Amino acid sequence: MERFTKLTTTAIPLPIENIDTDQIIPARFLKATDKKGFGDNVFRDWRYDSDGNLNMDFPLNAPQYKEAQILVAGDNFGCGSSREHAAWAIAGYGLKVVISSFFADIFKGNALNNGLLPIQVSPDFLKQLLTSVQENPATKITVDLENQVVEYAGVYTEQGRSTKSEFEIDPYKKVCLINGYDDIDFLVSKKDTIEAFEKERMVF
Amino acid sequence: MGKTLFDKVWDAHVVDTIPDGPQILYIDKHLIHEVTSPQAFNELEARGIPIARPDQIVATADHNTPTVNQHLPVQDPLSRNQLEQLTKNCDKHGITLYGLGHQYNGIVHVMAPELGITQPGMTMVCGDSHTSTHGAFGSIAFGIGTSQVAQVFASQSLLLKKPKSLRVSVNGTLAPGVLPKDVILYIISQIGTNAGTGYFCEYAGNVFEEMSMEGRMTVCNMSIEMGARGGMIAPDQTTFDYIEGKKFAPQGDAFAKAVSYWKTLPTDPDATFDKEYHFDAAAIAPMLTYGTNPGMGIKINEHIPETGDMTFEKALEYMDFKGGSQLLDTTINYVFIGSCTNSRIEDFRVAASYVKGKQKAPNVNAWLVPGSQQVVKQLKEEGLDEVFKNAGFTLREPGCSACLAMNDDKIPAGEYCVSTSNRNFEGRQGQGSRTILASPLVAAATAIEGKIVDITKTILT
Repeated sequence: MERFTKLTTTAIPLPIENIDTDQIIPARFLKATDKKGFGDNVFRDWRYDSDGNLNMDFPLNAPQYKEAQILVAGDNFGCGSSREHAAWAIAGYGLKVVISSFFADIFKGNALNNGLLPIQVSPDFLKQLLTSVQENPATKITVDLENQVVEYAGVYTEQGRSTKSEFEIDPYKKVCLINGYDDIDFLVSKKDTIEAFEKERMVF
Repeated sequence: MGKTLFDKVWDAHVVDTIPDGPQILYIDKHLIHEVTSPQAFNELEARGIPIARPDQIVATADHNTPTVNQHLPVQDPLSRNQLEQLTKNCDKHGITLYGLGHQYNGIVHVMAPELGITQPGMTMVCGDSHTSTHGAFGSIAFGIGTSQVAQVFASQSLLLKKPKSLRVSVNGTLAPGVLPKDVILYIISQIGTNAGTGYFCEYAGNVFEEMSMEGRMTVCNMSIEMGARGGMIAPDQTTFDYIEGKKFAPQGDAFAKAVSYWKTLPTDPDATFDKEYHFDAAAIAPMLTYGTNPGMGIKINEHIPETGDMTFEKALEYMDFKGGSQLLDTTINYVFIGSCTNSRIEDFRVAASYVKGKQKAPNVNAWLVPGSQQVVKQLKEEGLDEVFKNAGFTLREPGCSACLAMNDDKIPAGEYCVSTSNRNFEGRQGQGSRTILASPLVAAATAIEGKIVDITKTILT
């Protein structure tokens, strides 16, 4: 897994709530047997119209957001299907971080297992951030995983609000991301403990 | 303090606890299918790690399979390749596969319970979010991503943080025509699509105690639609009776021993939950969804809310519905009875009870897709296939079908589909398709009438 420590980049605003994994990657693109190529079809049915033309109103297609590596999305991001293809599609498109006020459980786990960092912030902070990025697409956002801080060089702040927010992450997952470890290595290293447990467990 | 059903099963499967970190949870059964497993097999192969416990894995082909002419080679080359990969991987690692045409083939969440693979007190996972279905038996069952599929392959375990506990109680008497699907759609419409995120849910109350196993599976199936990774119902005599004699259930003395253990699992009276909801069964009616997430539901004769937030407006625009309007009398050209939510024998029995002696409306394309070969067999034994045939319906072969429209079973753009499946997301049943979630009874009535009708009037008069 790729390491993640610190990142400064612009962001794509997607102020839609309950974005489900069927929107992130529609089921008809799940026929591949490897992890490559899903980025081409991320948000396929929002990025293209029914004739296959690019929908230029959709933020991912807007030239001002082309270089962005962060997605800022509405509440309850990644709900629905467990398809890890959604995380592969977002990462495959070149994004490294998704910021939202709430993530669905399975998506969050899938993202972390692929070096894609889901950052949960308060609804107020999300609103500020979305407005900043929409008003000034050149807004730079810095994500510092070590210190668990996300900060933007904002043009828009509500009075008395900060352009900086701390975020939570499971300490174990943080170590994994910073070092590029994944759970398989860890679980395989626990083989003896698992086998000892198996001998004791109840089986009918 | 007492323990919940969830606590008891969870605690019995904790292998180890990492200080300040997750726990290692042992997994009893791992179900796999063709879509979310190939990358996990590849991962282990690339790292030279063997599959730890192939005898605790069961595979089926369901998500990306045709529902007609299953005896012929699969036409679409990508789908064919995906199915061949599953066969190859299972052969190579000695994993039991119930592939296309096998007498036990079916939707993973239909075939495992009916074979007795699913049992109380177990931990079960599958690369599919509707794995929550198996919680109906009092097991901890939840959907996982492909990286986690690989982790279970490698170690028969997962690294997890124990979720918080939630209990949804429904007590009272359900009105005639209100099915388990309506109960869960009602709950989600009341608490929202993310009320359960971070929680494992237990359903309690006389409504669930009186439900059949099929009904309980429908309820637990949709736990994920309110964000909960899993839903559970305490095992009881209904559970034990369902399991007894099933192919992979414990037999003889082992069964008696298992039952005495399963009886210890229900939540202790003094156990507490992090969050609780209570509902009155009498408040529930046959339900419909009008929007693009399962929380956007109303009673069949209710009006869509007048206004809402941006998400609401976007959903209504997609569905081409007006705020404040009713769904009754909406012309419907597509009806889908199937999916891991509602494709079991009981669902077809209830649909057949409405359909019997009537004729399908000429405008309706109705896709009836049984959940498994065993359901097909039972349909025939009970003569239900004839009932459907005489009413102008054709039964298709088992699979996930138009629930996620990975195969050719796609609802055309702009068309409404009254569907017994679990998700009404934009394009879920085909690009541009518009899904209205409902019970098998409402779906059957829609197929007969060609439009949405108030079954509370038709079945009661």
